[in-house]
Amino acid sequence: MNNLDLREYITSILANGHRIDGRKLEEYRNPIEIKTGISKNAEGSASARIGETEVIAGIKIGVGTPFADSPDEGVLMVGVELLPLSSPEFESGPPGEQATELARVVDRGIRESKMIDMKKLCIRKGELVWMIFLDIYTINDDGNLIDACALAALAALKESVLPVLKDDKVVFGEFTKTKLPLTRIPVTCTLYKIDSYFLVDPSTKEEKVCDARISICMTENDNICAVQKGGSKGIKIEELDKAINIAKEKTKELRSILNNSSVK
Amino acid sequence: MSELLVDEKNVVVPGEVIAQGMDYVPAVGSFRDGDKIISSQLGLVNLSGRLIKVIPLSGRYIPKKGDVVIGKVADIGFSGWRVDIGWAFEANLSMKEASSDFIDKKTDLTQYYTYGDIVAAQITYIFGSKIIDLTMKGPGLRKLKGGRLIKIIPSKVPRVIGKQGSMISMIKEKTNCRIIVGQNGLVWVQGDDNDSIVLAVDTIYKIEEEAHLSGLTDRIKIFLEAGHGSSKKD
Amino acid sequence: MVQAKKTEKAERSDGRKLNEMRKMEAKVGIIKRADGSAMFKIGTTVALAAVYGPRELFPGFMQNPEKGILRCNYDMLSFSVTERKRPGPSRRSVEISLVTKNALGSAINLDQFPNTVVDVFIMIVQADAGTRCAGITAASMALADAGIPMRDLVSAVSVGRINGKIVIDLDKEEEDYDGTTDIPCAFMSRNNEITLLQLDGDISAEELKQAVELGKEGCKQISEIQKKALKERYKEIKNE
Repeated sequence: MNNLDLREYITSILANGHRIDGRKLEEYRNPIEIKTGISKNAEGSASARIGETEVIAGIKIGVGTPFADSPDEGVLMVGVELLPLSSPEFESGPPGEQATELARVVDRGIRESKMIDMKKLCIRKGELVWMIFLDIYTINDDGNLIDACALAALAALKESVLPVLKDDKVVFGEFTKTKLPLTRIPVTCTLYKIDSYFLVDPSTKEEKVCDARISICMTENDNICAVQKGGSKGIKIEELDKAINIAKEKTKELRSILNNSSVK
Repeated sequence: MSELLVDEKNVVVPGEVIAQGMDYVPAVGSFRDGDKIISSQLGLVNLSGRLIKVIPLSGRYIPKKGDVVIGKVADIGFSGWRVDIGWAFEANLSMKEASSDFIDKKTDLTQYYTYGDIVAAQITYIFGSKIIDLTMKGPGLRKLKGGRLIKIIPSKVPRVIGKQGSMISMIKEKTNCRIIVGQNGLVWVQGDDNDSIVLAVDTIYKIEEEAHLSGLTDRIKIFLEAGHGSSKKD
Repeated sequence: MVQAKKTEKAERSDGRKLNEMRKMEAKVGIIKRADGSAMFKIGTTVALAAVYGPRELFPGFMQNPEKGILRCNYDMLSFSVTERKRPGPSRRSVEISLVTKNALGSAINLDQFPNTVVDVFIMIVQADAGTRCAGITAASMALADAGIPMRDLVSAVSVGRINGKIVIDLDKEEEDYDGTTDIPCAFMSRNNEITLLQLDGDISAEELKQAVELGKEGCKQISEIQKKALKERYKEIKNE
């Protein structure tokens, strides 16, 4: 399909205040489905579905030596794999720039908001700490992977439990009831820009014609803990204010969906 | 003696026995194994005299000689164009076949079709997977300007067209739109106002969704008469 | 631990009979962007499969001018197993990708698509033994869903020998038990053709034959489940 024509078509509809699938500019697809406990061998796992976009996040927890510059803190490693099964555009192989950026953006939101109290993950200072491996995989890519991955990561972390520790070693397959020490929940909303329009949660078609995007991660008190601007065109400084306001509203909505999904 | 083990228009899966005996002949989507005719596709059984066909319900577009397709000009060479028709390989449109006009060798080919142009063309020759020749000389074949291009699953195209074009004619009439349906699943819709285009597009998507169900023609007629769409899918 | 007493009673640690498979579930068309896709669950093992193709094969020198080629990639999510699996291909996943390709390749015919590739991706979301078999079963449905011409569906299950008894569909506990012989197998059920057969353990020829026979029966049952899942997608809506 001709990108130029598609872009013209999309923007002509945006001028009337809605999108090619009938949504308003600031409307996420419906439903947003979060399921937890989808992979039983993981210490925590969740799937997040926004429209047809689906991703799975899972957590394995082990023990190891802390980093030298933070001897009394646990370790968090975040990885994202854009699986070739989720889109004809992803190839097999080690994570490229898109997967790496996604992983680091999700990581940043969790780390900078101090969502996990890393000091409580210390077992013996300088010697033994808990290590959290958060891996996110795409299952079907229909746009807006950043928000879907961030959401799945949060849901997985919220329901994770520590494994049993015996003689400084993890007993594989045995779980405690101790949840991770969490302090706050940083929610990400990514805004996509086409011409002068800002929209959220683009489908694949919309994503292809966007000029730029900005991901904004906010905590409960509306503080911003991570930002990532992507795309090759610029965002005007006046537009930044608008983006933040939309993000403020959307992160509240997403947080409420996230909280409701944990209620069993 | 020979017997048909499955009713026509039933869904069959690969490996499923459709008929037994030597009276039937396997055509597209089926093959003979001993005295049995077996389906090789997930599809609908179609009986045409003694010929047993299985029409696939899903899968990519496989180019066939004679197909009218909608493609996008992807490349321009010295003596023609390369057109993306949604197959693994691009199709070939030579200068000779591009227009009823005579195109001089020294002409700037972009004057006729340039990168990104959408065209309705017909497949004249296929060899293997890589060689697919197109022509744009023929009724209705031309560059398509404006309008909207949508994509449906190729196996649903016959339903959208209908018996002897009855379904597509009904949509054109009720929405007053110009519509070209490519065998490759690309459909071009152009109308005088946005609402008509949206209705036509929604109708086509509805047929795609319900192609395998009976009573489709009546349901579509009612849908068109209700006269509104909201372009839920794109 | 599988107790000797229980196997004498022809029961396994989860209460199953020797010739009883775990509960199964299949669904087709779960990954919309793929040309074909399916999920297969057996016990708590969950496999997802997606098919893309026929599509152009890069690099060009790998193209076969006589027929299309089949490419298979099997992998597991890092958290699908008890001890985390490091991302990236392991020797195990490379081998499984190969035997899977051969298991499926026997059923498909890509003569009409020279120079192209049909890509099959299998991902294990949750592992409790029998993963390669679940992957093959899911991939077979995904190939049918993608419209790839096939001679028959391919169904797979593991059989084996524990404590002298021939069993079908080993779970992780049974697989890990000392002295178990594990035999993953796959069949095209119409003609009872074996397309996957591997073995590790210590078993007599007679017992192997019994095990394969049991596998054949199991695969027949699985092929009915696959058939149902494929047809389910296009079920008539009775009330319209």
